[in-house]
Amino acid sequence: MRVSMIVNGEQRQDEVEDRLLLVHYLREVAGLTGTHVGCESSLCGACTVLLDGRAVKSCTLLAVQASGRRLVTVEGLAQNGRLHPLQEGFWEEHGLQCGFCTPGMIMAAHDLLSRMKHPSEAEIRRGLEGNLCRCTGYQHIVKAIEYAAQRL
Amino acid sequence: MYPGAFEYHRADSVAQALSLLGRFGEQAKLLAGGQSLLPMMKLRLAEPRHLIDIGGIAGLDAINEQGGRIRIGALARHDAVASSDLLRRRLPLLAECAAEIGDLQVRNMGTLGGSLVHADPGADYPAAVLALEGEIVVEGPGGRRTLKAEQFFLDLMTTALKPAEMLVEVNFAPLSARTGGAYVKHRQPASGFALVGVAAVVGLNQGGAVERCRVGVTGLAAAPFRALAVEQALTGKTPDARSLADAASHAADGKDALSDIHASADFRAELARVHTQRALEKAVERAR
Ligand SMILES: Cc1cc2nc3c(=O)[nH]c(=O)nc-3n(C[C@H](O)[C@H](O)[C@H](O)COP(=O)(O)OP(=O)(O)OC[C@H]3O[C@@H](n4cnc5c(N)ncnc54)[C@H](O)[C@@H]3O)c2cc1C
Ligand code: FES
Ligand code: FES
Repeated sequence: MRVSMIVNGEQRQDEVEDRLLLVHYLREVAGLTGTHVGCESSLCGACTVLLDGRAVKSCTLLAVQASGRRLVTVEGLAQNGRLHPLQEGFWEEHGLQCGFCTPGMIMAAHDLLSRMKHPSEAEIRRGLEGNLCRCTGYQHIVKAIEYAAQRL
Repeated sequence: MYPGAFEYHRADSVAQALSLLGRFGEQAKLLAGGQSLLPMMKLRLAEPRHLIDIGGIAGLDAINEQGGRIRIGALARHDAVASSDLLRRRLPLLAECAAEIGDLQVRNMGTLGGSLVHADPGADYPAAVLALEGEIVVEGPGGRRTLKAEQFFLDLMTTALKPAEMLVEVNFAPLSARTGGAYVKHRQPASGFALVGVAAVVGLNQGGAVERCRVGVTGLAAAPFRALAVEQALTGKTPDARSLADAASHAADGKDALSDIHASADFRAELARVHTQRALEKAVERAR
């Protein structure tokens, strides 16, 4: 089936198999490997991207379902070579170790900060319920998001 | 993990979805938010030959108040229900329940209709829809019919919906004065699903006694149910620590509790009693 969508501001059209998952479309067809595949079963959040501004798990969405919509992946956050405040926050606050969960964390946090300007620590932790990290113990991830909240 | 091969169809209207359902019959499944169906297809627990995507049907996600009823379209996302101003004011129990489902990403995609039709024994919505005495509107080739929530949930992942029908709306009477509702659950820590979840609605009369009591329980048994013994025990009583505890002690009466690696039948029954008491206490507090 033919899909057409805007990915990181760029209009794309591709012919895809009906059963292709969005995450594989992004990685293998669009070449955007910043979105990671972790559990493949909607639990870890590593594959989180923005669909019309809202965080969704791209392993639990078909590429054809996203046709006609607007997607943003982690590659779409930096503007003119300047990191997004969330990316900067993860850098400054040591919000990652192996980095596998990071793109998903950042995209989920993006949705969270679009709803709440200054979430409390508890609200940040609740907003990230769908994202797992095996390295950091989450503390620095929360700090990274607080850092971004102050600058957005 | 890939789903098996299927042919994808996008429906732009309820009529079109129903006509595709009629054409492909048992080989087809409707796709709403995909948050239950796609995981099942990846595990090959479901292998439809045709997927009919209803996710883009315009207007089927509306939430409004019309003719004295609060109407919620089948496609209303969990997040939209949780954050709707109208629902937070007029039906806070339902918004509270939606906010408890899964995680942010799941709430952004999953729909009310999908959750009710999927009828997972640990799904949250059924408890609230039962306690609020929701009416479930379904549409099929012969037109629309309305089912009471109690008639809808039949068994494990089984509802009264016929294969050629789809759920289009759930509607509710807004809560009257001196009436409060609450939803409390014990989460399964990995998935977020309810090991047990209890929704309670309590209405008080002028004198402060319980005039109306409705309790919906999910997670305990194969199908969610109204805890009638609890409702009867509390109706007419003045709600205090003793009468609430006594009523709640009937939460699992006569039910075959589920048992799995997450919780034994006895533990689930105990959770049902404890959470019924908590839900009743909160509902009473809000009714006052
Ligand atoms: C990680 C994760 C955590 C979750 N945690 C919870 C939780 O804590 N509590 C909870 O309650 N749920 C939870 N869920 C399930 C979630 O709420 C789903 O959104 C819901 O069960 C199904 O809704 P959907 O719109 O995604 O339906 P889909 O997956 O698209 O469809 C589910 C089924 O319903 C049918 N269907 C869908 N819409 C209609 C309709 N309008 N008419 C007729 N048939 C229809 C489909 O054919 C399919 O059989 C979780 C899911 C995930 C992935
Ligand atoms: S890869 Fe999508 S949630 Fe884990
Ligand atoms: S930094 Fe390694 S999984 Fe989060």
